[in-house]
Amino acid sequence: MKAVCWNGIVNVGVEDVPEPRLLNPRDAIIRVTSTAICGSDLHLYNGYVPAMKPGDILGHEFMGEIMEVGRQVTKLKPGDRVVVPFPIACGHCFFCERGLWSLCDNSNPNASLAEAMFGHSPSGIFGYSHLMGGYAGGQAEFVRVPFADVGPFKIENGFRDEQVLFLTDIFPTGYMAAEQAGIQPGDTVAVWGCGPVGQFVIQSAWMFNPARVIAIDRFPERLAMAHTHGRAEVINYEGVDVVETLKQMTGGMGPDVCIDAVGMEAHKTGLEGVYDFAKQTVRIESDRPYVLRECIQACRKGGTISLAGVYGGVIDTVPMGAAFNKGLTFKMGQVHVHRYLPTLFEKIEKGEIDPSFVVTHVMPLREAPLAYELFKKKLDGCIKVMLKPE
Amino acid sequence: MEMQMRRAIASLMNVGPVERGISLATGLALLAYTISRRPRLGLPLGLEAGYMIYRGATGHCVFYQMLGINRTEVNGHEGIRVERAVTVNRPKEELYQMWRNVENLPRFMQHLESVEVDETDRGRSHWVAKAPLGKKVEWDSEVIEERENELLIWKSLPGSLVESMGRIEFIDAPAGRGTIVRVSMEYNPPAGSLGAAFAKLLGEEPALQIKNDLRHFKQIMEAGEIPTVDGQPSGRGEPTKKVTLRAKPRQDVVEQASEDSFPASDPPGWISERGIR
Repeated sequence: MKAVCWNGIVNVGVEDVPEPRLLNPRDAIIRVTSTAICGSDLHLYNGYVPAMKPGDILGHEFMGEIMEVGRQVTKLKPGDRVVVPFPIACGHCFFCERGLWSLCDNSNPNASLAEAMFGHSPSGIFGYSHLMGGYAGGQAEFVRVPFADVGPFKIENGFRDEQVLFLTDIFPTGYMAAEQAGIQPGDTVAVWGCGPVGQFVIQSAWMFNPARVIAIDRFPERLAMAHTHGRAEVINYEGVDVVETLKQMTGGMGPDVCIDAVGMEAHKTGLEGVYDFAKQTVRIESDRPYVLRECIQACRKGGTISLAGVYGGVIDTVPMGAAFNKGLTFKMGQVHVHRYLPTLFEKIEKGEIDPSFVVTHVMPLREAPLAYELFKKKLDGCIKVMLKPE
Repeated sequence: MEMQMRRAIASLMNVGPVERGISLATGLALLAYTISRRPRLGLPLGLEAGYMIYRGATGHCVFYQMLGINRTEVNGHEGIRVERAVTVNRPKEELYQMWRNVENLPRFMQHLESVEVDETDRGRSHWVAKAPLGKKVEWDSEVIEERENELLIWKSLPGSLVESMGRIEFIDAPAGRGTIVRVSMEYNPPAGSLGAAFAKLLGEEPALQIKNDLRHFKQIMEAGEIPTVDGQPSGRGEPTKKVTLRAKPRQDVVEQASEDSFPASDPPGWISERGIR
């Protein structure tokens, strides 16, 4: 079959690889009908996530049709159409029982590696480095899905793939970032990053009745989408002091809730940008925390900072004193997709949201290398790419 | 202050008493030789002498430390002692049964090939383990203490090639959070501690093994299977390719994952049809 493989830094290829087979009794094999490139795939592409091996199959946003199930899978049968949450969860451990699916204790075959780095191991994730289990991803014609009775969610009515595909990751990611921030009616919510996740943060934030949503980016098409589709006020951070601008916009108070939808590869102009870029390049610092710093400085006293963007390693020069003395609350983590999937699908069914608005490019799987470049460099107005295996 | 110092030094000790004596004697002899004869390699020999004296006097070996070896006494004999705890989200009765039927153990203990219960004496069993370099080690063992659903202690029979003792305790975790399983194992591997050093180099070091075995035990009890990626496709050629110490991935890797990130030697995670017996 054809699969998108990570062949090195800024080097992906569509390779001929063997088809997956059932390895465990709770597995299923899925024929992928649609898959997408996630902003966090760019962290792998750009080489900022350790423990990648050349030849690893990428992709954690995918959906398709069940082809084959292991003998302990009871809820699915061949022919079922499913969307698949990106975290792999066993369904029976302490964490799964409490709805903390992305923290599943039993799904990472390389847990000892993650424990060495993080103290404990989070769940396995499809196509997201050997630190997260080394699972082959879904940017392929077929993919093996472990614990198939727990993750895959059946889509029975006639929705198009692009309307439900983003239930696998970015819609729930945006939703959890808004939900965990505890937005109160009347609040002002500031969102850093108007990429696909940022767009879903904006959409989700409105579901909690804030007074205002302010979005920050520098790409005109992304700001435009945040403004038109997302009804957000926007700040182009190039040439302005974001913290000061936010303070002025909120009458000196600062936003009640600050949401980072950028993560470890944030971009910044000026000296601070050079400082972190240099350190990240020589691997003294693994993540560039500009957005986090700005969130802390801008946030209202006693406010909440919610992180949706991915962090993977260590950061420095984070103003902890400001965070402490302003009494801020931090919420973060990989989204517990399984927890939100039914609720968010219901919103799609009711017509409250159509997630396909975010798609700017639909391309055949074989053009994945071009798609990665377009998405990385934000060329051709690229915001979200869907890939179609032929 | 002095007590603290002593404790700090004691915690660094990893050389057994006989070896310490030998180190000290060798060091002093080397030093005497270096001073009296002034050989051409005087400096390295002098350094070596100094190190051997240090090793003998303090009982601390830097190289043992690097290899994770501790050869100080354990309960009066030289050996390896490993302790480990894990919380399993299942009632302790179920976990106890899994361990009490020792024939289940190879399902999650990677180094075990088989355990057979003696038909005439149910407390005794015959163990076959995989040893370094494809060899096998066999021994007989018996349960010397058991409290149903709480405790099991087993010990190898006298004269076994591998002298081992294991203790496993099952304690209710607070507030219905399953069971805390506490395991301690003590054993002398075949070629003494040299065997363990060798095993460690081969990635079969006991502490790591117990850790992985307990993880697999938890996974079988909670999830019903051991998660695996062994046998899945990749762009690296044929699937199920074992990663060996010599396998070098291509050059353009961000950061190599360590060897134990690819547990290619994991058994397939299938559960036997018989389930838990």
